[in-house]
Amino acid sequence: MVLQGILFFIAAAGAIGGAVAVVLLRNPFFSVLALVCHLFALAVLFLLLYAQFIAAAQLIVYAGAVMVLYVFVVSYVGGADEPIDEGGGAPRALAPIFAGALLVVLALALAGSALTLLDTNGAKLPDNGNAYGTPEQIGELLLTKYLLPFEVASFLLTVAAVCAVVLARRRRGLEELTDDSPLLGEGLGKR
Amino acid sequence: MNISWYIALSAVLFSIGAGGLVARRSPLVMLLCLELMLNGANLSLVAFARMHGDGGGQIFALVVMVVAACEVVVGLGLIVALYRNRLPIDIDELDHLKDPQKADSAL
Repeated sequence: MVLQGILFFIAAAGAIGGAVAVVLLRNPFFSVLALVCHLFALAVLFLLLYAQFIAAAQLIVYAGAVMVLYVFVVSYVGGADEPIDEGGGAPRALAPIFAGALLVVLALALAGSALTLLDTNGAKLPDNGNAYGTPEQIGELLLTKYLLPFEVASFLLTVAAVCAVVLARRRRGLEELTDDSPLLGEGLGKR
Repeated sequence: MNISWYIALSAVLFSIGAGGLVARRSPLVMLLCLELMLNGANLSLVAFARMHGDGGGQIFALVVMVVAACEVVVGLGLIVALYRNRLPIDIDELDHLKDPQKADSAL
């Protein structure tokens, strides 16, 4: 239990440090790298919460695939350094105050919560074979109780993939959208 | 560890993400800040799942990850389209909806 506490505070420091670095670093490329550190720390926290499958998916999907996509786009667009404190107006200067106020509201909600279980270490986990948070349990839940969210999520991924192809194809403005030829076929043909 | 520690940490991460979303100008970094907020929410979902010893919260976290991936794909597609059309990658400059003349010249 002591070891878990030590690990929690190390991972929490990593997660908060990574998050602050994402916001404060001026070069978008370094921001992406800071987010990778943040995601690794979060995966450790998920493991501490016995969510093995979520931790693995976090590492593979997020820190792997999504971050590679980010790095590609940053190097394609050319991540120019952005001055943090210059320009903008009142809304941008108020950002730290906004974040602090949001934190205060969330802390009040947590402190005033009637959830008595919050002060425990969590429910007692079963000792039998169908352990908590394993791929077996997640897979069984996904294909039985939560089949509809699973299918909706896969449909959403398909829509997003088609959307990305349509958005990123080579064109100027919206003139091609008014053509009478099929939208997607034409877009793919001109690539 | 007490579950409330995890919830407090997720509140901190969410606030940092929200502050960064307001503070930064580059759409790329704003997308990264959105990721921070989604991850903060994910951490609280997994912590609540642990609190009840129920796998449903973890499924919820997985669905949030799928939605985040879709958001990234569409957002990065938009940024690439902006770059291709030689529009500025800066949200202060991207006010074409407010200014019809600017929109005409961009097309």
